[in-house]
Amino acid sequence: MSTDTAAPVTTASDAPARAREVLGVSRLTNTALTSWLHGLSGVDQVGAEARAASLGTRSIKTTSKAWAIDQAISMIDLTTLEGADTAGRVRGLAIRALTPDPSDLSTPRPAAVCVYGDMVGHARDVLGDSGVKVAAVATAFPSGRASLAVKLADVADAVSAGADEIDMVIDRGAFLSGDYLSVFDQIVAVKEACGDARLKVIMETGELVTYDNVRRASYLSMLAGGDFIKTSTGKVAPAATLPVTLIMLQAVRDWRGLTGQQVGVKPAGGIRTSKDAIKFLVTVHEVAGEDWLTNQWFRFGASSLLNDLILQRQKLATGAYSGADYIADDSPSLY
Amino acid sequence: MSTRTTQTRTTQTRKTPGKGTSPDRVDVRKTYKLYIGGAFPRSESGRSYEVYTTGRSPKFLANAAQGSRKDARDAVVAARKAQPGWAGATAYNRGQVLYRVAEVMESRRAQFVSEVRAAEGLTPTRAEATVSAAIDRWVWYAGWSDKYAQVLGGLNPVAGPFFNISAPEPTGVVAALAPQSSSLLGLVSVLAPIIVSGNTSVVLASQDRPVPAITLAEALATSDVPGGVVNLITGHTAEIAPWLASHRDVNAIDLTGAADVEGLTWGDLEATAATNLKRVLRPAGTTATATEPDFTTEPGLDRLEAFLETKTVWHPKGR
Repeated sequence: MSTDTAAPVTTASDAPARAREVLGVSRLTNTALTSWLHGLSGVDQVGAEARAASLGTRSIKTTSKAWAIDQAISMIDLTTLEGADTAGRVRGLAIRALTPDPSDLSTPRPAAVCVYGDMVGHARDVLGDSGVKVAAVATAFPSGRASLAVKLADVADAVSAGADEIDMVIDRGAFLSGDYLSVFDQIVAVKEACGDARLKVIMETGELVTYDNVRRASYLSMLAGGDFIKTSTGKVAPAATLPVTLIMLQAVRDWRGLTGQQVGVKPAGGIRTSKDAIKFLVTVHEVAGEDWLTNQWFRFGASSLLNDLILQRQKLATGAYSGADYIADDSPSLY
Repeated sequence: MSTRTTQTRTTQTRKTPGKGTSPDRVDVRKTYKLYIGGAFPRSESGRSYEVYTTGRSPKFLANAAQGSRKDARDAVVAARKAQPGWAGATAYNRGQVLYRVAEVMESRRAQFVSEVRAAEGLTPTRAEATVSAAIDRWVWYAGWSDKYAQVLGGLNPVAGPFFNISAPEPTGVVAALAPQSSSLLGLVSVLAPIIVSGNTSVVLASQDRPVPAITLAEALATSDVPGGVVNLITGHTAEIAPWLASHRDVNAIDLTGAADVEGLTWGDLEATAATNLKRVLRPAGTTATATEPDFTTEPGLDRLEAFLETKTVWHPKGR
């Protein structure tokens, strides 16, 4: 790794220039990227899993728990990514984001609503300038198997429909076959197409096989100018596990040390309970630090997590365990 | 390590030839656990409490898991999850499953008899009779599974060209405080009428006599009752009951076991249960000091009916 040059926050166009600087090369080649990525220290698998497990045992009580629940709600990207999504369902989800718990208006709003690109307009209509962002998945989500031109058109379409954030998937096939430069170039191109929209780079860690690959993909995504690194699409199991998120949090922490640029982290998929969410918050605090404990730099990609957080919030407010009768039922209608 | 153990045992067995059980054999002591969602977990609190026999000189019997409010919460989650499937099973099928429980209990009769004897301080003859009555109670309710709807529901005469049909449906998740004295027959008499109609249950076993209840859970686990339909918590009734009474995902509560529990007023539980309009089955007796009913008599349909909702449908009769 090159020495710390404290580069300023980059825009899309100067990502290759900064990459050359970080790598200490005059021309960005796949060989240079490979030797840099493979020069990163390996992940101690047993150690990472043990550390994640030990962070998961922290007991969070009373006022801290209340804070954590509100914080977690405000970090949710409320997601619906189904083939059966309708305009009505997306509007319903957006209304849910504006008023997560109609029985308690002090409940914070989720950070964003995350939908497919063609649904952005419907979400935008409802959310307006409420402060709840609209995130769109793009680049042939979830597989990412399309030509670059199609991927860029997908991104441009979502941005022009009013998306504040774009969730792209990397080309896992290229990554796994060692064609890092192609992955890098695609991210740079997508970032360019995003304009002012923030770019979340989905690495689909469930397909990357090893923790070493997760670390490499994290660095590669940050090097190419991603504003967020995201674990998964939610369509592949395992999705967001705690050890994987821990490794990504280490990566963003070290990246800021290296370049001065802060990058966000978004675990997505499989986080369903408040207990899980709090484990992630503990890990964020202990690994990356307090700077990441805002929805500007940490998000949960989740659909059912909000319900459980609201149940726990009601439990704290009323002193009695709550039930599904007391939260909005946003499962798809059968009629 | 296992090899060494075997060798030691072999040597010891050789020292006492000709005997069925070696006096040197290490006891296999049982850990009594909870029954939640078809599994037997320890209490999340890690606590346990001592259980003694009933009689003139109480003897140590077992260390039972001391369930906490969080165990009760987990049990409610398991019961809620199992409820649609159990209610969706045909009445005929539920009847068969209940009958199967009787079969499995019958095959463990000796164990039940000795545990009921120890727990309730009964004579061998009375313990036998109690276990028989408990097994017969399953059969009795099993028979009702596809019949109570005819008795409790039916076609209502109305002044108009309509069919008007009332059908009883299960209430949902029912919490039950099992009777404190009648550790097996009372428990079965409370549990069977809850689940026969398609409700799922969270049962707080008798605080001082939980052992027969744990064995019943083992019988249930091996008798086609889907996991989560019956969840059994052992522990202090006064500690856990208020949490079940206030739980907003519990649709009904049976307060039978609130009688004679120190530190627990059933009226308070009933008031708490009203916060989400739970159905409440009061303990027997009309005064504040409730009593435990006599479970040896034929039960009738009162308990079954207490946990049913009647749905009435109007249907036009036109040609």
